Amino acid sequence: MLGEAMTHFRSALKRRARHDIVEQMYVAGIKSLGVITVVALFTGMILALQTGLELRRFGLQANIGTAVTVVMLREMGPFMTALIIAASVGSAIAAHIGTMVVSEEVAALEIMSINPVRFLVMPRLVSLMIMMPLLTLFTNIIGVIGGAIVGATQLEVTMTAYFDNARLFAQNKDLYVGLLKSVVFGMVIATVACHQGFSTTEGAVGVGRATRRTVIISFLTILVLGYMITRLFYKL
Amino acid sequence: MIRFEQVTKRFGAKAVLDGVDFEIKKGEVFIIVGLSGAGKSVTLKHMVRLLTPDEGRVLVDGECISDAGSKDLERMRNKFGYLFQSGALLQWMTAGENVGLPLREHSKKPDEEINKIAREKLKLVGLEEAFDKYPANLSGGMRKRAALARAIIREPDIILYDEPTSGLDPATSRTIDRLIADTSRKLGVTSIVVTHDLHSALSIGDRIGMLDGGKIVELADPAGFIASKQERVKLFLESQYITRKGSWEESTAS
Ligand SMILES: Nc1ncnc2c1ncn2[C@@H]1O[C@H](COP(=O)(O)OP(=O)(O)OP(=O)(O)O)[C@@H](O)[C@H]1O
Ligand SMILES: [Mg+2]
Repeated sequence: MLGEAMTHFRSALKRRARHDIVEQMYVAGIKSLGVITVVALFTGMILALQTGLELRRFGLQANIGTAVTVVMLREMGPFMTALIIAASVGSAIAAHIGTMVVSEEVAALEIMSINPVRFLVMPRLVSLMIMMPLLTLFTNIIGVIGGAIVGATQLEVTMTAYFDNARLFAQNKDLYVGLLKSVVFGMVIATVACHQGFSTTEGAVGVGRATRRTVIISFLTILVLGYMITRLFYKL
Repeated sequence: MIRFEQVTKRFGAKAVLDGVDFEIKKGEVFIIVGLSGAGKSVTLKHMVRLLTPDEGRVLVDGECISDAGSKDLERMRNKFGYLFQSGALLQWMTAGENVGLPLREHSKKPDEEINKIAREKLKLVGLEEAFDKYPANLSGGMRKRAALARAIIREPDIILYDEPTSGLDPATSRTIDRLIADTSRKLGVTSIVVTHDLHSALSIGDRIGMLDGGKIVELADPAGFIASKQERVKLFLESQYITRKGSWEESTAS
């Protein structure tokens, strides 16, 4: 399905398709901002607290700037964002397409010679591939700020020290690898969700099953692919 | 125009269609009746290959649709309009957008013109006021009629109607009957109508086929259908107070 959807990328440039994509981006992105903010903030705070407590034993707590930033950029930013989007947007996509299958709407599209992959999958795929890196960037920023807050309030690391430290050791590569991950995760979520949606059988029960499977399969794939991408770019 | 050759379709162990064999002629209004679960919707779905036969084949204009490649399938499907039993309107579009969808996707017409045509078609089914309403806010019968407008908007050669009048009041039902008959006669469209409504079957049908036990048990013009000696057909007619004694008009009048 991913391959087929990609053959329709060219049609994404059409006016009507662009409208669909923007609408999907709004659904995927803006509506998730609230949850993402909270999760990102606390992820950064937890990271700072955990590493800070350890580093303080050696008097190295000033390094939490690097620790939090690098872990957020490479791993936790893309990972946490993907989990939230899989659970909220992925499941919604599966439920939506599943319902369409069950109520014969997808069959109706086929009879009208409207390719369901182009019509339904392509806008969702493109929008998630654009939205995921943007949201991940947002998660990264909020997470790093969360770390700075914990540093300043509980570990006696000033904001300036925190950010200087982060700038000194975090690399652009960390950011790019994380963003690459997020694009891949976006593709995973859209593909899994659409595939599960289209495979729905047996009415409302089937829709529930498609939703559940989407979340589980996305989570597992994100976890494994996340590891593999890290492994690819950071050899020991 | 459409030919079923010994079509058998099983779901699990049950043969829903069991060697169905008949032909629908160009330009006629062909009615399919049968009890609930007899396989009427399954029969329609075979005509556009939403289902494929386990045995036998389905021909459209002499071409086998059951094993056509995707290009050919699309070309053949373009001949059809399909009113689904459930309506199958896209929930996130208004009735007007739904009706105009086939044109928006397949013609280069500007949006204003498409909306104008969609409005005309909605008017034909008596729904002009529903143009901006979403399917969730329409009644069952209104959804059905909007779906009907969508099925006919591209003026296809063949239109499949799955229970077009179910859930409609008698007066609206007759309007829809007339619409089907008019589309058929004026534009030379071939119409296949699945219905439980014997009144419409007998008034608009050129021929009526009854599905029972996976087979076509009777296939005749309205007069012949009423006069059928088949037990299943007799039972079916009697259940709707139509007996062989008078013409169906007299019997419904009494
Ligand atoms: N996709 C499917 N999978 C499994 N069984 C199916 C499927 N579609 C139809 N059936 C079965 O085939 C039989 C005929 O179904 P069909 O929908 O054609 O009935 P029908 O004649 O249209 O009835 P109604 O008048 O109630 O609409 C039913 O027993 C149904 O359970
Ligand atoms: Mg049916």
